[in-house]
Amino acid sequence: MPVIEAISLALLAAGLAFFIAGTAALVRFPDLYCRLHAVTKADNVGLGLTLFALALRADSALDVVKLGLIWVTVLIASASVCYLIANEAHRRGVRPWTRTRT
Amino acid sequence: MSAALFDALLVLTIVALAWRALADPDLFRAVIRFIAMGLMMAVAWIRLQAPDVALAEAAVGSALTGALVLSGLARMKGSRAARRDCSGAATFALGLLALVLLAVVGAAALSLPAPGGLTAEALGALPRSGVTNPVTAALLNYRGYDTLLEVAVLLLAVIAVWSLDVAWTGGADLERSPMLAMLLRLVLPILVVAAGYLLWIGAFAPGGAFQGGALLAGGGVLALLGGLGKRLARHERALRAGLAAGLLVFAGVAGGTLGVTGELVGYPEASAKWWILLIESAALVSIGLTLASLYLGGRPGGLDAATGSGNPESTAHD
Repeated sequence: MPVIEAISLALLAAGLAFFIAGTAALVRFPDLYCRLHAVTKADNVGLGLTLFALALRADSALDVVKLGLIWVTVLIASASVCYLIANEAHRRGVRPWTRTRT
Repeated sequence: MSAALFDALLVLTIVALAWRALADPDLFRAVIRFIAMGLMMAVAWIRLQAPDVALAEAAVGSALTGALVLSGLARMKGSRAARRDCSGAATFALGLLALVLLAVVGAAALSLPAPGGLTAEALGALPRSGVTNPVTAALLNYRGYDTLLEVAVLLLAVIAVWSLDVAWTGGADLERSPMLAMLLRLVLPILVVAAGYLLWIGAFAPGGAFQGGALLAGGGVLALLGGLGKRLARHERALRAGLAAGLLVFAGVAGGTLGVTGELVGYPEASAKWWILLIESAALVSIGLTLASLYLGGRPGGLDAATGSGNPESTAHD
C-alpha cells in the first residue's frame, strides 16, 4: 500500500509541476496563440497525471472509470475550444507574435 | 493544520477575486474574475461538506452565469454603459448599503441555533421521504412548496426576458465549422446522459434536477453557439411546453397530494420516490430549457430578427 501511496504522491507532484508551467506560460507568453498552445497542452497533462494519482487511491473500479471519463471529456473540450478560439482570433486578424517585431 | 492553511488561502482568494471583479474598470477582466470566484466558491462548498451546493455553484453560479454575463457584455459592446463609472456619491452609498447588508447577514449567521439545527429531525424522517439523500428529501419533500415556488420563479424569469426582446438565434454555421460540429456531436450526448445520471443519483447522492438541468443548459448554450437556435423559433410551441412542464407537473402533483393526503406536496409514503422522480424529471427539462433561454436573452425570433437586435457582428464568416 505505501508503495502505491508514494507513486500517487509523485504523480500529484508531477501534475502540479505541469499546471504551474502552464500557468506561468499563460502569464508570461507574448501572444494568444503561444498561450493557448501552452495552456491546452500543459494543463491536459497536469490533469491526466492528477487523475491518475487519484485513480490509484480510488475506492472502486467505477471511480477509476469516472476519473478516466473526466480526462477524456476535458481532452475533447480543450482541444476543440483551443482550435475555436485560435481560429476566431485568426479570422479577426490577430497576428501571431514573431521575434523580429520586438 | 494544513487544512486550516488551505481554508485561509481559499477565503483570501475568494475575497480578493470578488474585490477585483468589482473594482476592475475593464469589464471583461471583471467577468473572468467573477467566473473564477464562482469556481473557488464551489471548492469552498466542498470544504463545508456541501457537495450538492458545490455542484450547483460550479454549474450555475460559475459556468452558466459566466456565459450569461459574457453574452450580456458582448451586447453592450460600444454602448456608453460598457464603460464603468467608479466614482461619486452613488458608489459610496452602495458601499455603505453593502456594509449594512454584511452586518445584518453576519448578525443572522451568529444568531443561528447551536450546530445541528434540524439535522436530527431531517435524518429521522429520511426513511419515510422516499429518498436517501437528505438534501433531495428537504428540497422535494419536507420543503417541497419552496421548490415549487422556485420552479415558478424560473418560468417567470423566462416570461420577463421574452417580453423584453426578440433574440437573434444565428450562431455559427456548422457546415463551415467542422470542429464545432464535431464538438457538439461528441459533447451533447454526453451532457444529456450526465444530466440524466445526476437526476437519478440525486435520490441517494449529491445531484438532482437543478444540477442536471444546469448540464442540459450547458448543452443548450453550446447548441445555440452552433446555430441550432434557429430551430427553436420553428418549434416555439414545444419550447413553451418544455419550459412550463416542470411547474405544471409539480403543481399537478402538489394539487393531487392535497386531495389524497390532505397536504400540499405531502406524498403518500409508499410511492413518494416515484412522485419525486416524476417532478424532478419534468423540472430537469424545464430548468435546462429555462437557463438556456435566459442565455439566449429573448424570445427566439429566427434569422429575420437579426436586423432588429442581437449580435450581428458574429454572423460574418471567413
